[in-house]
Amino acid sequence: MDLLLLILLLIVTFCSGSIIEKRHFKNLVSREKALLRFPTVSFGAKKTIPDKKIVNVRMVCGEAVIGADYFKCFVSNIKNFFGGRMTSYESVMDRARREALLRMRENARGSSIILNARIETVMVNDPKNPQSVPQCAVMAYGTAVTYGK
Amino acid sequence: MILTNIETVPGMKIVGNFGLVSGSTVRAKNAILDMGAGLKNVVGGELKSYTDLLTTARQEAVSRMEQQAQMLGANAIVNVRFATSAITAGAAEVYAYGTAVKVQPLTGV
Repeated sequence: MDLLLLILLLIVTFCSGSIIEKRHFKNLVSREKALLRFPTVSFGAKKTIPDKKIVNVRMVCGEAVIGADYFKCFVSNIKNFFGGRMTSYESVMDRARREALLRMRENARGSSIILNARIETVMVNDPKNPQSVPQCAVMAYGTAVTYGK
Repeated sequence: MILTNIETVPGMKIVGNFGLVSGSTVRAKNAILDMGAGLKNVVGGELKSYTDLLTTARQEAVSRMEQQAQMLGANAIVNVRFATSAITAGAAEVYAYGTAVKVQPLTGV
């Protein structure tokens, strides 16, 4: 009975997880296309272009918390035994980072450039409970600068 | 209050330095929302309530930092950084810190 329940849970979470993930990736791609170059995100630069008039300077942030599903967790636990790439978690991290970055850029709409963007990652799972499904929380922030015409 | 996470405020000149200012907050969601997030975590996807938690925590930390800077008489904070930690499951700590400075517009630009 327990085994049956586990199999059912795995099937359900596999379906739900992959549907949600596919939708999210589709959504991310379309939003990334819409924002393609505006504003430019610069990860290293801290200086603005000289001789340009600066209209506005402000800080922009974006957050996202994405959870892995039960199926991913189950598969990764098996993977963990043998070692190697845990592709199921890679996609979770990727989605969280891209979502946070996109939200930051959406908050910076209208500015010319985001300087010194940084990404902060926290894995929020209960360390005392190895059964808990990991979540990935990402915070992206940077300085949005608007140049005058 | 102007916030930047670079060493200067573009287009402005730093005329005074007040040192480090910081603000932190630890926030948690109520048990019902925690349960909802737990369920969401089984099927996968974004945990909206935790994203909101992170957003409000960040806003609160920033506003506390701003208050401190205002008390010192600063009008901008440069080099702002965020640090986060998970103290316990379901709670988030956000710590914001930066250097409080006084800036004035560059003349002749």
